[in-house]
Amino acid sequence: MVDVLIVGGGNAALCAALMAREAGASVLMLEASPKEWRGGNSQHTRNLRCMHDAPQDVLVEAYPEEEYWQDLLKVTGGETNEHLARLVIRASSNCRDWMRRHGVRFQPPLSGALHVARTNAFFMGGGKALVNAYYRSAEALGVKVRYNTPVTDVLLEGDRFVGVVTGSGERITAKACVLAAGGFESNREWLREAWGRNDRGEWPADNFLIRGTRFNQGVLLKCMMKAGADMIGDPSQGHCVAIDARAPLYDGGICTRIDCVSLGVVVNQEGCRFYDEGEDFWPKRYAIWGRLVAQQAGQIGYSIIDRKVIGRFMPPVFPGVIADSLPELATKLALPVETFMRTIDGYNAACRPGVFDHTVLDDCRTEGVVPAKTHWAQKIDTPPFYGYALRPGITFTYLSLKVDDTAAVRFADRPSPNLFVAGEMMAGNVLGKGYTAGVGMSIGTAFGRIAGTRAAAAAQAA
Amino acid sequence: MSAIDTLSDLADQAKRELDANAGEVDRILHICNACRYCESFCAVFPAMTRRLDFNVADAHYLANLCHNCSACLYACQYAPPHEFGVNVPKTLAQVRRHTYIEYAFPKAFGELYRRNGLTIAMAVSLGVAAFLIATIMIRGSLFVHGLEGEFYAIFPHNMLAGVFGAASLFSVVALAIGVTRFWRQVSEPGKPVPLANAVGEATRSALTLRYLDGGHGDGCNNEDDAFTLWRRRFHHLTFYGFMLCFASTSVATLYHYIFGLEAPYRISSLPVVLGTFGGIGLLIGPAGLFWLNMRRNPLQIDERQKTMDRGFIALLFSISLTGLILLAWRDSSAMPLLLAVHLGFVMGLFMTLPYGKFAHGIFRCAALLKYSIEKRRPNPVQAGAD
Repeated sequence: MVDVLIVGGGNAALCAALMAREAGASVLMLEASPKEWRGGNSQHTRNLRCMHDAPQDVLVEAYPEEEYWQDLLKVTGGETNEHLARLVIRASSNCRDWMRRHGVRFQPPLSGALHVARTNAFFMGGGKALVNAYYRSAEALGVKVRYNTPVTDVLLEGDRFVGVVTGSGERITAKACVLAAGGFESNREWLREAWGRNDRGEWPADNFLIRGTRFNQGVLLKCMMKAGADMIGDPSQGHCVAIDARAPLYDGGICTRIDCVSLGVVVNQEGCRFYDEGEDFWPKRYAIWGRLVAQQAGQIGYSIIDRKVIGRFMPPVFPGVIADSLPELATKLALPVETFMRTIDGYNAACRPGVFDHTVLDDCRTEGVVPAKTHWAQKIDTPPFYGYALRPGITFTYLSLKVDDTAAVRFADRPSPNLFVAGEMMAGNVLGKGYTAGVGMSIGTAFGRIAGTRAAAAAQAA
Repeated sequence: MSAIDTLSDLADQAKRELDANAGEVDRILHICNACRYCESFCAVFPAMTRRLDFNVADAHYLANLCHNCSACLYACQYAPPHEFGVNVPKTLAQVRRHTYIEYAFPKAFGELYRRNGLTIAMAVSLGVAAFLIATIMIRGSLFVHGLEGEFYAIFPHNMLAGVFGAASLFSVVALAIGVTRFWRQVSEPGKPVPLANAVGEATRSALTLRYLDGGHGDGCNNEDDAFTLWRRRFHHLTFYGFMLCFASTSVATLYHYIFGLEAPYRISSLPVVLGTFGGIGLLIGPAGLFWLNMRRNPLQIDERQKTMDRGFIALLFSISLTGLILLAWRDSSAMPLLLAVHLGFVMGLFMTLPYGKFAHGIFRCAALLKYSIEKRRPNPVQAGAD
């Protein structure tokens, strides 16, 4: 019988597998996907939010624990756990040498990502390169990996882990287990149920796109809920951003972002604006726009810009809808022309003179229009005009198994002796809502490593 | 159908392929430009961020800036089986093949060579060798005793210098015309930059094979996502082996014309030492590159360039092998035969130089220089600030 069984194949699962193997345990990983799709959502990630008190290789200046904690407190609106959050923050300050030993390489911040140059360490080549490095290292150390092996059930004796049942009906037992199989964001039925029906009679989640893997169906979350494990978090909460409506249903990843939102206006299906597009730099606001768009009729929004800002934002993957006049653009986007023109004319008239600078929080703002636009408010008056349709893009869900700092799965507030959890399946302990770049990987790495170490110790004790 | 018609048909077909391949570069680089995870691997991606659209000239430039290390393929979240099907190294390799045809002078030769590089290189070499052997046989016997390495007793020095000088002059002119046309097409005038710095940087990048280190020093990819430094090492052995052989020939030419010293030279003489070390490098390097080429993941490469790659590898290896054999047995009666075969391969290289893989070095250096110049200018796309 294998010592430690890892269910999952992304960053948290790999961190757990490597740590358990380094602690001397025999390790078997079960990855639901085929090899070419391995790594779950980790293959789409790009960086790790890192605490540091002084400049460190690719990280500039300092990002102390307290500032990191305050950032987390702010984005979650207090829906977090300070003890676990600080544990993640501290772990982020000293995990990178270990990551390097397993082949992960870091690079200076990407162009267009200077806002996180101080706080985030970028993986060279992105998350798939990280996943590849971890798999190479794991296999070199003797970790066994089985692809195409989804787990359908977890076998328990009381609060003790016994084994799992795979999709083919095979029973695999182990002395200890780490669950790191992702959230339920790819399960459209469950998303539909979690988001429910709105006042307009719509099922908003039907219009969501999934930014990541198609393999996070939430099977393990459901198993553990059924088994009576302690849970935390609201199933409708998650990391949800506004992305190009033409993105593929799964795995659109980073390139489907639309970065011109803050440089123009956004209208809904009725042709009306609904939020301050210039509240802050787009990378600091993209995580709230998913929900904002989800709340609009038809779960769709339209980012409207003119020629003046072309080349001033990260180029979108699909070309925009182009028109030589605003009414023509409204027609092409199937928006009600009259309301749309009233919105744009009202906005244009409200733009106060200022010095436009997309690299700072500039002084171009509106006066006397609701909602206000507080920065980068320039008249939309220079053809050609461009429109990009936006949809909510769900990255991962926060409904989680409740844990303490041992990463043990809990039943009626008592820890299991040999069942642990890491990654998206427990991220909701730290992230009750909101998101800040790179924190998902910080949680996955910290708790993956803890879970792996604990599981190895549990297997040795067994 | 006349030969002219055939050639013009081939040229039309190549043009259509080039347009399709350049279109594919434009498609995938729009995806890359929105992602940018690969920025630190090499110069292709930073160069990409200076553009929003990619025309045929951009495709030629970026294709030659790519050394096919393939780190970006294995790191790519949009690589096949993803529906976006992003494969930068293969797509750029397909364009690179067109660069060698498009800018070949005369173009028809490039067209012919790209269709069957290995066969043509070998046919030219063996043809020349056969011609030389026949010449010797007409004048006497192929096996002569007592020549003691007297090459010029077989072929007079001036005849060799004349024939090979003319062939290499042709190659140099053809390559110079090609690279000048390439440069004109890919370079737009811009703000002047400190050219010495740019040239210095491009030279360093070329001489150190900077972009075969994967950006992190672990090397490039060959069979799978694991990194290896062997491609860089074998490429170094090939390039520096070639340069040592070139130096050997240059020194010998100086000896002959300036100092009046005639071949054969002693084993310990500079031309022989340079040639021997160069020859050994040029034996191991191409053999290693061939070994890697055999094992390379087909996803990374343009299958149709294999014949060109392997033709060049085979030529270099054969030149080196026949040269070293000639050196070892230069005092034997087989010397005239060995000399004819060696000269055949050298001539084969010279004659196909502008139409084969050698052109890669020239176009790549031009692309590296263009990159070093443009990166010193302000980025026309100011998307980076947020």
